[in-house]
Amino acid sequence: MGSNILTIIYLLASVTFILGLKMLSSPATARRGNLIAAAGMVLAIIGTIFLYTDEDGERLHNYGWIFGGLVVGGSVGVIAARKVKMTAMPEMVSLFNGMGGACAALISIVEFNHLIRPFAINMRRLMGEGEFIRSHVNIPTGFGAGGQWSILLIIFAGLIIGSVSFAGSIVAWGKLNGRIKDYSFKGQHFVNISLLMLAVGIAAYIIFSFRSDLTIDLANISVTAGSSAPSYAKPLFYTVFGLAIFYGIFFVLPIGGADMPVVISLLNSFTGVAAACGGFLYDNKAMLTGGILVGAAGTLLTILMCRAMNRSLKNVLVGNFGGAGVAAPGTKREQGHYREIALSDAALLMSYAHKVMIVPGYGLAVAQAQHVCHELEKLLTEKGVEVKYAIHPVAGRMPGHMNVLLAEADVSYDKLLELEQANAEFPTTDVVIVLGANDVVNPAARNDPASPIYGMPILDVELAKTCIVNKRSMKPGYAGIENELFFRPKTAMLFGDAKKALQELIGEIKNL
Amino acid sequence: MHHILSWIGVHQQMIYIVILMVFLGIEVIGRVPAVLHTPLMSGANAIHGVVIIGAIIVMGKAESDNYIALGLGFLAVVLGTLNVVGGFVVTDRMLEMFKKRK
Repeated sequence: MGSNILTIIYLLASVTFILGLKMLSSPATARRGNLIAAAGMVLAIIGTIFLYTDEDGERLHNYGWIFGGLVVGGSVGVIAARKVKMTAMPEMVSLFNGMGGACAALISIVEFNHLIRPFAINMRRLMGEGEFIRSHVNIPTGFGAGGQWSILLIIFAGLIIGSVSFAGSIVAWGKLNGRIKDYSFKGQHFVNISLLMLAVGIAAYIIFSFRSDLTIDLANISVTAGSSAPSYAKPLFYTVFGLAIFYGIFFVLPIGGADMPVVISLLNSFTGVAAACGGFLYDNKAMLTGGILVGAAGTLLTILMCRAMNRSLKNVLVGNFGGAGVAAPGTKREQGHYREIALSDAALLMSYAHKVMIVPGYGLAVAQAQHVCHELEKLLTEKGVEVKYAIHPVAGRMPGHMNVLLAEADVSYDKLLELEQANAEFPTTDVVIVLGANDVVNPAARNDPASPIYGMPILDVELAKTCIVNKRSMKPGYAGIENELFFRPKTAMLFGDAKKALQELIGEIKNL
Repeated sequence: MHHILSWIGVHQQMIYIVILMVFLGIEVIGRVPAVLHTPLMSGANAIHGVVIIGAIIVMGKAESDNYIALGLGFLAVVLGTLNVVGGFVVTDRMLEMFKKRK
């Protein structure tokens, strides 16, 4: 009875996950979709706690520990998620993703420890019940014939994927908040591949050696019942765990900060697959559905992001950005001079324009300038200037990062133009103001085949009459490449922190 | 070989689910506008928090004298809950801002 109800609960949960994900992909229903999925999750958690029974019909115990964990994790989670600034959202997502990966890896560790002494446990329990010893002989047969190796395989898959996701997410988190710098050394890709191969190889070795060991066990069940695992299995298991952690770290370390959204999305789908491993392990359909759903959707999202930058996933992961940057100096040419613009001139230019287009980038997020930016937009609109925003799909550190940021500042939805719309409007725009964006407006993407970002669709800000670029300095953007735009005759530079510069600009416009 | 075949036979239901979910996951996400990419990623992040179910099972099955299993299981429950709760709350916060504008 209880287990049938639990089956229905898991079914409901699976449906809410699918429905939630579907509703999340449409602006009108997104919030409800999120809540529906959350409700399904709560249902599944409560159902598991009170209704779950294992193969022997035994219920769960340790309720104190379970509820303790739920309360601790829940309250920390709520506080962290409520307190985090909008600009720090991407790294928060990465951090939570890492927690999920670690959770999957821990499950694998505990289950492995269970697995390497199944007979000892079973025998002890059955010994106590005396007469049942005979019937017990059948149980290991089933294990050896079909179960054991596949359980181990799933445990290792969960361990490796979960650990990689955990370590990678933590590095991605550190990179996004500036705690960890890009780091790469010669032959790193070779080292990475070796780490992974070694981890997989050792895992395969344990899986195979386990099998043969068990066959022997079956033959002399009464003699070797106490120990079934080779003694080296345990240290080797932890070696695999360590290797996977190192692989996760070295996998993300060389990838540039600008590519972190792609990496987080990929690690997100990894964690999904790791969760699905748990689904196989416990024959749990809700875990399987949720995990694979996220695994598939996350992979597609990753590919969509790469496509927006006109790069392949391989290109992102192998990290050609850094490599191309090193090779580039040979072809580097003199860029000429750039022109600076005074605040008062910029203010004048903008207040007498017909149409102003704002191009936000990561600089806006760093400076927390979204509110000031909205203020400028309102001020200009009052003066009869048409103001719009041009949003590049990969501006900022996550797709949609700018949309979220500007939404926080109450910028109206219809003022945000997507790439194609914006490009169609640039020729009729008087002033473009670029706020802390760089690579997404770099003309090299269109006319320099040697550039690492060649082929990426960009915002054609050059088509406008004037382009004011606000940056903190002349330092290149995250991709580490020079931007010709800054040296074009139509471009004027306005140096300074985006928030401060905008505040001063607003002051100047008011004084006009 | 025989092992693999029999394993597929035993787990065919699960395998069907995996294949169908792969297609469904791709289909469901395929039409998402770029605006919603970040919240969607965050929402998906919360959904893979189902791994918490596994953590609860591990925790609930641990013998009361097996401190390693208890400790690791507890940690797994905490981390899994963080993933679920944090994930859904962050997503809701993002979407809350989308809703304010008309």
